[in-house]
Amino acid sequence: MKIIKDIGRYLLMLKSMFSRPENGKMYWKEFMRQCSDIGIGSLGIVCIISIFIGAVSTLQTAYQLVSPLIPPSTIAQIVRDTVILEFAPTLTCIVLAGVVGSKIASELGNMRVSEQIDALEIMGINTKSYLIMPKILAGLVTIPLLVMLAMVLGIWGGRVAGSMTGILTPEQFDTGLRQSFVQYNVFFALAKSYTFAFIIASIPAFYGYYVQGGALEIGKASTKAVVVSCILLLFADYVLSALLL
Amino acid sequence: MIEVKNIKKSFADKTVIQDVSAVMKAGQCNLIIGSSGSGKTVLMKCMVGLFEPDSGEIIYDKKDFITMSQEEKKDIRKEIGMLFQGSALFDSQTVEQNVMFPLDMFTKDSSVQKLKRVNEVLERVKIVDANKKFPSELSGGMKKRVALARAIVLNPKYLFCDEPNSGLDPQTSLVIDKLIQEITVEYNITTVINTHDMNSVMEIGNYILYMYQGNKEWEGSNREIIFSKNKRLNEFIFASDFLRDAKEMRMLEESGKMPENRNMDDMIK
Repeated sequence: MKIIKDIGRYLLMLKSMFSRPENGKMYWKEFMRQCSDIGIGSLGIVCIISIFIGAVSTLQTAYQLVSPLIPPSTIAQIVRDTVILEFAPTLTCIVLAGVVGSKIASELGNMRVSEQIDALEIMGINTKSYLIMPKILAGLVTIPLLVMLAMVLGIWGGRVAGSMTGILTPEQFDTGLRQSFVQYNVFFALAKSYTFAFIIASIPAFYGYYVQGGALEIGKASTKAVVVSCILLLFADYVLSALLL
Repeated sequence: MIEVKNIKKSFADKTVIQDVSAVMKAGQCNLIIGSSGSGKTVLMKCMVGLFEPDSGEIIYDKKDFITMSQEEKKDIRKEIGMLFQGSALFDSQTVEQNVMFPLDMFTKDSSVQKLKRVNEVLERVKIVDANKKFPSELSGGMKKRVALARAIVLNPKYLFCDEPNSGLDPQTSLVIDKLIQEITVEYNITTVINTHDMNSVMEIGNYILYMYQGNKEWEGSNREIIFSKNKRLNEFIFASDFLRDAKEMRMLEESGKMPENRNMDDMIK
């Protein structure tokens, strides 16, 4: 029963976000602040993860392709498709669910517990609209950009690792990258990243916004938000793969 | 003026407020007092719209707050200022940004005008040289004063204060009480204060509503409270021997029967 109640509250929360802003300029300011927090704030971790994921993909693909009949450029093809289809969108977003999700849940939870949300409500501000909407919109703008960056850096990491270990030369890697490139894969990755962005921003916002209690409950809500977001990400990953591929 | 008529509020099976009515006038401090769990915070939250009462009316200058549309409620809320128990200052914003927030949100004033107004109210609550400080760098009393500045920056018609003195030393409590009283009179605000602080009751209680287990047990002024014969009220207000003696002395003083040889030393045992 609780899960049905939670889904209902979540949908009502999303519905009540849509109201006329009290002051568009302030909403824009908040949106830009969130873009900076989510986008710029996660840039470092996304870069590090992407480069290493690409590098490890190259090494492991080369390890499994033992036949001399398969040209080395095939490694680049496999790395490209794995990074674009799965690693960049899914792995990046799972990491972001932890980094961004816990931040959103604890920020809103702290605002709830310290009555800052009540203070905004009493001023006549739609807090769902002012606090949650900019986070979701900022997620929808910045997370797909981070995923695209992760694709580029992942492939570049693979290229560097390939040449550093002598598995394949940069020229061979570049040749492989251009072979049988399917543009639809990029579309698929972006479709996933938009879906994941919505989950990463809205689920922790829900858990943070409705926190009751004190510091301990904020921690619990934060953990729950990350766990639920990750499960929903993997479920959405499966559904989108089944529907779109 | 705020009129509360027959307010009832329950949570699940538990009735927290039962049929409470009161009239809170402008230009005076209206205090809601009562022990913990008596329903005073719930009553205040009903009055500001954070809780919806099960039945009854809350009338802000002849306009019923409960039956209003969302847009009308928003308009009324722009005339409400609230000082929270924990101050509720925005952690990520400086003192200046906190106080400027309502101006940024609801006015079209220029930056210079807004800054002028912020400095005016900060000066009014005696906060100096703290514009660029964050709430974490302020003392409890300063936080309360900044929160009060934020609450009055839009010149509200109604000011709500939830436990304004909690966690403060007696001297700072007195400063906050005096500030609230002065601001109430100066701007003719209808001020509603939830408090446990007996000093506030005696100092600024123009109207006092005593709540007991969700019911209105007694109402009157700080002068009348001294002579009240209500047993529960007396047990609550004059809980210590010291306060009972103070009451006795005040009664004697008021009736002009104070013995010449009696003084405050008699109260200290």
